[in-house]
Amino acid sequence: MIRPMIRQSARRIWGLLYRHLVLYRRSWPRLLELAYWPTLTILIWGFTASFFASRVGSTAAVLSGMLLGGVLLWEITLRSQMGVAISFLEEVWSRNLGHVFVSPLRPWELLAALVAISVVRMLIGVLPAVLLAWVLYTYNLFALGPVLILFALNLMAMGWWVSLGVVSLILRHGAGAEALAWSVLFALTPFSAVYYPVSVLPAAVRPLALALPAAHVFEGLRALLEHGTIAWGHMAWACGLNAAWLGAAALLFMAQFRAARERGALLTMGE
Amino acid sequence: MATGLTKRYGMTLAVDDIDFAVPPGQTVGLLGGNGAGKTTTIAMLLGLLIPTAGNIRILGHDMARDRFAALARMNFSSPYVALPQRLSVAENLRVYAHLYDVPHTGRRIAELAAELDLTDLLDRPAGQLSAGQKTRVALAKSLINRPAVLLLDEPTASLDPDTGDWVRSWLERYRAESGCTILLASHNMAEVERLCSHVLVMKRGRIVDRGSPAELLARYGRDDLEEVFLDIARDRVRETVT
Repeated sequence: MIRPMIRQSARRIWGLLYRHLVLYRRSWPRLLELAYWPTLTILIWGFTASFFASRVGSTAAVLSGMLLGGVLLWEITLRSQMGVAISFLEEVWSRNLGHVFVSPLRPWELLAALVAISVVRMLIGVLPAVLLAWVLYTYNLFALGPVLILFALNLMAMGWWVSLGVVSLILRHGAGAEALAWSVLFALTPFSAVYYPVSVLPAAVRPLALALPAAHVFEGLRALLEHGTIAWGHMAWACGLNAAWLGAAALLFMAQFRAARERGALLTMGE
Repeated sequence: MATGLTKRYGMTLAVDDIDFAVPPGQTVGLLGGNGAGKTTTIAMLLGLLIPTAGNIRILGHDMARDRFAALARMNFSSPYVALPQRLSVAENLRVYAHLYDVPHTGRRIAELAAELDLTDLLDRPAGQLSAGQKTRVALAKSLINRPAVLLLDEPTASLDPDTGDWVRSWLERYRAESGCTILLASHNMAEVERLCSHVLVMKRGRIVDRGSPAELLARYGRDDLEEVFLDIARDRVRETVT
């Protein structure tokens, strides 16, 4: 009984994933667009880091590592968040939600499919930038070691719960809220301590920064590059905060999904 | 079967305490003008819209508690809900075959393409099809899981008479061969008269009359359902709630 249910769920998730993958298989401009911003960002910050390195001296390698590591890891969050939100918007724009939601697809399966799509989109977007950093600036992100997996998972998870919030707002306000899909994480960037430690921020906004898993991941990155140690305390905070935020975002999504079913928004959204 | 089905949006009563049952294997028409509550009723039957009050049971399942079990054996087509335009016809059908866990996907798509004259269109993007072709693709999507219950919202809207007639003939044949139960919302009277064994007439969210097309014609002393519809729409007879 359980195994057929798992198989059916997996097939429904694959159905939605397939719907997005065929679009990318056919359209190289779409693939190019995914890698465009991460590539551009690493070019700008890579040359900036090279310039500072030529002036700063012996600490240059560590500072460059912090900067380039920050740029590449933050792209993981950005691309994961946009991957979920934009894939959902694709359904809204194509006025396909009515068909999707009268199928036996469960809401959690929709979210699982969106997360799977976001992982694919993130890899297509970020891997070329990682390769470029290695070729142009001899910066190897993988030299961070196995803890990189923990960093990446936490940053992806943050992208997912932020995008769940965005999808909830789209369910509430329709396509009018779509600008948030591109902009919301940029508003969190100053507080995520990507390029500088939390201690640099004014005391009043430090609690906000420390409530974001990304700030703990980037504190962990700096500790690793500066002292060669893994800041397990920060990692524990990042994991715990992500679990709490994911739970809260899932509750918000379920509440907005139900509200959309009460208002009839699933039929009219995108029109 | 729907009992006491009601949908209220703020002060607006879109569907007002309606009861009806659709006999298995029959085609039942939901007739009414714009804003009568047909699409709202269908959306509630499909679980897209939560009723303010009332109960819906489809294929033995309570739609409030167990809608996914029923949805796996139902399907839906409407010209107002699109399929992804950049996907080809075959890709669209494949997506829905996965969502409905249809076995032997390739074979099922080939069968539907042959039945609905879509074979030459399978590799065309859905967005490049004519209105008639899109309707046939939407029908193919709605039949991908061999539904026991099929809900059609104005399936021939915006089609030319020839294509509309083709779709109606096809639906007649399909229901006879498959034994599928069909609920058809339409304001095309000729279509309802031709396809439906039973008709529910809606106005301002209520079922104001019901019966077979022949019973309705006899009751109103008219020659076709269009005249019956106009009688009801223009209040030329006293509304009789049955």
